[in-house]
Amino acid sequence: MPATTLHWIDYVVMLLYFGFVLGIGVALKRTVRTSTDFFLSGRAMPAWVSGLAFLSANLGAQEVIGMGASGAKYGIATSHFYWVGAIPAMVFVALFMMPFYYGSRARSVPEYLKLRFDEKTRAVNAISFATMTIFSSGISLYAMGKLLNLLLGWSFDASILVAAGIVLAYIFLGGLTSAIYNEVLQFFLIVLGFAPLVWLGLRDVGGWAGLVARLAPVSTANGFAPDAYTRSWAFMGAASHNPVGVEWFGLVMGLGFVLSFGYWCTDFLVVQRAMAANSMSAARRTPLIAAIPKMLFPFLVILPGMLALGQGIVPPKLGLGGLPLHDLHGHLVLDYDLATPMLLVHFFPAGLLGLGLTALLASFMSGMAGNVTAFNTVWTYDIYQSYVRPGAPDGHYLAMGRFATVFGVALSILAAYVAASFNNIMDFLQLVFAFVNAPLFATFALGMFWKRATGHGAFVGLVAGTLAAAVHHGLTLPAGAVVGVKGGYLGVVAAFPSELAQTFWTAIVAWTTCFVVTIVVSVVTAPRPTEELRGLVYGITERPEDDSTRWYQRPAVLAVVVLALTLTLNVIFF
Amino acid sequence: MRLDVRLPIGALFSVLGVLLAAYGAATRGRPGTAPTGVPIDLVWGLVLLAFGALMLALARRGMRGREGGGY
Repeated sequence: MPATTLHWIDYVVMLLYFGFVLGIGVALKRTVRTSTDFFLSGRAMPAWVSGLAFLSANLGAQEVIGMGASGAKYGIATSHFYWVGAIPAMVFVALFMMPFYYGSRARSVPEYLKLRFDEKTRAVNAISFATMTIFSSGISLYAMGKLLNLLLGWSFDASILVAAGIVLAYIFLGGLTSAIYNEVLQFFLIVLGFAPLVWLGLRDVGGWAGLVARLAPVSTANGFAPDAYTRSWAFMGAASHNPVGVEWFGLVMGLGFVLSFGYWCTDFLVVQRAMAANSMSAARRTPLIAAIPKMLFPFLVILPGMLALGQGIVPPKLGLGGLPLHDLHGHLVLDYDLATPMLLVHFFPAGLLGLGLTALLASFMSGMAGNVTAFNTVWTYDIYQSYVRPGAPDGHYLAMGRFATVFGVALSILAAYVAASFNNIMDFLQLVFAFVNAPLFATFALGMFWKRATGHGAFVGLVAGTLAAAVHHGLTLPAGAVVGVKGGYLGVVAAFPSELAQTFWTAIVAWTTCFVVTIVVSVVTAPRPTEELRGLVYGITERPEDDSTRWYQRPAVLAVVVLALTLTLNVIFF
Repeated sequence: MRLDVRLPIGALFSVLGVLLAAYGAATRGRPGTAPTGVPIDLVWGLVLLAFGALMLALARRGMRGREGGGY
């Protein structure tokens, strides 16, 4: 693939963005005086700022490139990640979980686990989460370096060092506030950078109806009904009738319930943004405000992938020796990760191309910054302060937070090179983290809503859930995959039509195991006195008073609006 | 007093808008500058400028409301 040439105007757009991002860090430096300022933004963010940051911290490369890739691979059914997955989970965390996260005054998600359960449950979560953030950030850097090298011919080393250096500078200077401010800026940049792409793409194919017509032959060539790529629910009755390869139950339980609730309700990377809000009401509104643009994101990130597929510009995946890869049936294997970037290069002239590429860079950087700020907080509060040096003055932890930012970024760079050298090792690590994360929502759900759940129950449940995930994955294999990192390493007893179907069912098994084991072990171990659980568990905690003065600021009202709109979108694209 | 986040956002998009619109106007008619018939640099530059101006106006209103502080 020949590299695209940029014009001076494209470089100017990028440099302007870098200048503003760094300028925000410099301007905020003097506002950071305590560790609370650095790690929690002084708990002073208004809801709309923390809401957009909540959304943007998750808007990394995996979202923009990955959802475009899934759009090209699975069609509009990818929107289930939003309309079945993310939105209901965001409503749940806002209404039911935020009162405990924010109200308990815990400074992190692992710290909540310590308050609710015990030290060992916190340690498991803190260590696995800190490791995961470093690798996620490294994978993001690697993906960015690889893409810029392929698309523009830029040096891999220089790309990741410059991007990592800028992220390091603005977090080091302004802490979480700087990360959040930049995430808000990056949010608008991503929206305004990708919106013209969708506009031009749809205009070119003759609107949604034109896209449906373009994708019909692709769909039938892959053995599906003509509109299988453009309808989200109609073909979910059987796994073999849709490109996702999963039926409605696996989708709703695996993606909608376990994976989405597990991520949006327990991942400190996003929850940290809500914890930075300036009041309980603002903290509860944070995920709800984020949910409104989030439900429209399929049009911004999934449609470009579908448009690229409709245009026939998704390039083939190249194997060793630079030759195009073919699957077992002799079909060309497409490099779906290049779907969105190829559309960008296809439609955007000089100038707008600079804006589009800057939006892409912004997504990589906001995803990385989200991971680094979550890492420095969990490292400093949940690992360093808890196990290495408790009882030090606040200034010491502030300095440690800045130091953790430096080594967090350095480790991310290292992880990017690990990914570049041993791709399978990164796949394997991501798999292990999936095993760790899948059962976590069961631990939180029981911890927050059942006062009888004990620390021993939570710990044993988490370990059992993780092992169950590994066993299920080890005994199953997606169609067309070879035994190894994709599964089957304990012997293949069942096959799934797609990797996604296998992931969803692995999550269901992990969650159920954790849920059942936590209950069983809790019942046979000694509970904590009810008095100690006040503020941490539903039913023995006062319901949060709603201090919003206007009706449209009330979390319950916003939640109803968000759910009604999401239902409407599901119906429109049924 | 903390920096109002709408200020840098407004400033960045205003500058980008002016730059893109001016570049679009200067290169109008050249091959490849109007995919699907839209002089997109010019049009989108104006959209960015309008958004930037709106953010700056909101920041200014916020500053007045809080006597120089806030977001």
